[in-house]
Amino acid sequence: MIASEPQQRPNAADIPEYPPSSPVVQMTGITVEFPGVKALDSVDFRLFPGEVHALMGENGAGKSTLIKALTGVNQIAAGTVMVSGAPARFSGPADAREHGISTVYQEVNLCTNLTVAENIMLGSEPRRFGGLDWHSMRRQAKVFLTRMGLGIDPASSLGSHSLAVQQLVAISRAMVVNAKVLILDEPTSSLDTDEVEQLFEVMRQLRQDGVAILFVSHFLDQIYAISDRITVLRNGALVQERLTGELPQRELVSLMIAGTPDAQVGQANERSSSGSRAENAKPLLQAVGLGRKGAVQPFDLELYPGEVIGMAGLLGSGRTELARLLYGADKADEGSINLQGAPAKLRTPRQALGHKIAYTSEDRKGEGVVGDLTVAENIILGLQAARGWTRPMPAAKASQVVEAYIKALGIRPANPQALLKNLSGGNQQKVLLARWLATAPKLLILDEPTRGIDIGAKTEIMNLVSELAEQGMAVVFISAELEEVLRLSDRIVVMRDHAKVAEIHSTPDVDVPRLIEIIASGEEDK
Amino acid sequence: MIRIFKHRLFWPLAALAALLLACSIRRPGILGITVLDGHLFGAPIDILRNSAPLLLVALGMTLVIATRGIDLSVGATVAIAGAVALTFIASSEHPGSLGTALGAIVVALGLCFVLGCFNGMLVANFGIQPIIATLILMTAGRGIAMLITNGQITTVASAPFGALASGFLLGLPVAAIIAYGVYIVVALLVRRTALGMLLESVGINPEASRLAGVKSKTLVFTVYVLCAMLSGLAGLIFAANTMAADANNAGLFIELDAILAVVIGGTSLAGGKFNLSGTLIGVLIITTLSLTVTVLGVSPLVTSLFKAIVVIAVTLMMSTRLRAMLAGLRERRRFQEVNA
Repeated sequence: MIASEPQQRPNAADIPEYPPSSPVVQMTGITVEFPGVKALDSVDFRLFPGEVHALMGENGAGKSTLIKALTGVNQIAAGTVMVSGAPARFSGPADAREHGISTVYQEVNLCTNLTVAENIMLGSEPRRFGGLDWHSMRRQAKVFLTRMGLGIDPASSLGSHSLAVQQLVAISRAMVVNAKVLILDEPTSSLDTDEVEQLFEVMRQLRQDGVAILFVSHFLDQIYAISDRITVLRNGALVQERLTGELPQRELVSLMIAGTPDAQVGQANERSSSGSRAENAKPLLQAVGLGRKGAVQPFDLELYPGEVIGMAGLLGSGRTELARLLYGADKADEGSINLQGAPAKLRTPRQALGHKIAYTSEDRKGEGVVGDLTVAENIILGLQAARGWTRPMPAAKASQVVEAYIKALGIRPANPQALLKNLSGGNQQKVLLARWLATAPKLLILDEPTRGIDIGAKTEIMNLVSELAEQGMAVVFISAELEEVLRLSDRIVVMRDHAKVAEIHSTPDVDVPRLIEIIASGEEDK
Repeated sequence: MIRIFKHRLFWPLAALAALLLACSIRRPGILGITVLDGHLFGAPIDILRNSAPLLLVALGMTLVIATRGIDLSVGATVAIAGAVALTFIASSEHPGSLGTALGAIVVALGLCFVLGCFNGMLVANFGIQPIIATLILMTAGRGIAMLITNGQITTVASAPFGALASGFLLGLPVAAIIAYGVYIVVALLVRRTALGMLLESVGINPEASRLAGVKSKTLVFTVYVLCAMLSGLAGLIFAANTMAADANNAGLFIELDAILAVVIGGTSLAGGKFNLSGTLIGVLIITTLSLTVTVLGVSPLVTSLFKAIVVIAVTLMMSTRLRAMLAGLRERRRFQEVNA
């Protein structure tokens, strides 16, 4: 690892001047507000020519908001943006692009049905006699491709190339305008190792040419392999700006993860004594070599009744992808699952539901809430789906179930006929929990059930999880907040870079710093 | 009083009432019903009978639209059903027998089932956008009907089959009894089983529904099959009305009328919540429009313009944004009056 002998530099104040030139982008005191939320709070950020600058932070830290503030997508409430020493405020990505700031997004935003040359030159097409000069277009595109080290035919269709090549074409396109600043927002998330190396080669070349590169990635190894400097954001605020070589991975991870405000920090978990399973317990679910290409590398996992398995890892580490395989939300392309000792097929959510497995997605709005249906309909949706449409729930029984869960989980407002979209996030989450609890699952997979909800609802949900496990349910609990994971889990699975890297028993000596170290190093033993 | 205005069916009902009122002012007594030979006659009965095919098609269309889909092929399906039934009757040995008529109905509906499966497969299994998937059958369907009729307008005489359109039962037109009977059955099926809720769930949030274990593919598939079968039934009534299989003109543009009826009835084209009673009123408005046009003596040249104006008026009055704007205007005026 590059950061083997780091120098501690705790003060953000004495940041070294590196490289010794003036920044091409200087953002000072940037504040961005959305209705009811401060997405960025007085954040400083600078970008020098000829550096790769990694922007790090967990979900909701404000990375994309900062990028969007720079490119003019988001309105800035306070603060200044200086580009090449002059104040700048762009009206949008196109405007920013004309001023030398190009953005390449995670999803390649190109037209796969056009040729490579057309994609590169789109918007800057050479013209002749009022029409397009196709010959010169291809010739110019070729120049940019060569600069990227791409030997592909400019006249070939973009869709015929791999994602990595498409990504590089997107970067070529970004360079057409002579970009001084290149923003790469998670360019590597769908690339394999060789392709990432190819991308890095191009990035190094651009860096040498004096281009400033803003790089966002969730892969720690990649950050350390390519970046010169790291800025860490958390909850919309600047944490620190550091040189990569002087920031050990462990410290980076703890900078990214919340600074543990409440008293549970370092505390041994509450359930470790009560939740430990009997010696001869049989696993409820056994995953053997289960994996999905591009999502999560093959892993083994055993889940026992009455046990809470916590999943720790950074955003994009493969936590969600693993959970989705267990539920059949995505199809595994290798490995097998045994349920109570017998091989089981879990290829669709419906099959998982039939095996009494339940899953709440981390994307509550997109994959959980059916907003225009009522609270009652949302609660019985899972039960009704299991029964099929021909056997409706008897009205009396349905309202009995609904009333019971509204009461048990304290759903507010306690009106079964309210449309779910009108409830608060925490109450929506409770309704989704009710939907699954009503199906009486043996295994409950909760992906970030506490995200974006208020502290009271958080505590209620965590207490509920404890209770359910005590009643014999197997629970998989995924959370970005390590204190929560530590507090609830009997065992903790650590994910990193789309692979399961460790599985530890939650003993009293396991605390947040220890967990951070495992996440950072990817190894169980020191 | 205010609450009546806010009811989502207020404006469609008001439009329907206005159309009927216009008719009876122009020709007093037109809305009366007379009894002749034990059958009911009169403009209202005509409206019921004439609305039968559109009601059937719009019923299927409502369910398809609820799943975020659309079915453009209903008009072609109407033509195919009629062509199959009449060709079957024409080529049989006893065109006039009841058995032949029943056979024609079964064969036609059977083919519509297959057509529905084709649409459903394209949309649900292959994930083709509904508008594209059903466009295929919309354009190809009339060609299929042509093939069946050999490009001729086949005319047949079959009293039992003709009864579908011109017959009376218990004093009411058979066509109306079939259409409104099917409407009630489907409405009960949708609202008494969980079908309606699950369809809405799929239409509102397909991914959340899939993760909740809803068999969304099967549901979507079923809805397209149902829509094709209902269109087939409409096609049979159409064919029985003229007793001529016109592959080019049967059910022409009925898909547009059906979509209009659904939208007038308050179901959003974005899918999700649907409203069958709204669709019924939409169908009645569109059917009554034809009567109003005749009664008011609107020149046939501008008939479609007249229809368009009525439809625009209804949809505008139902638009929440326009209502909000009007409410804002009223507020401001009240504010000015208070301050004057």
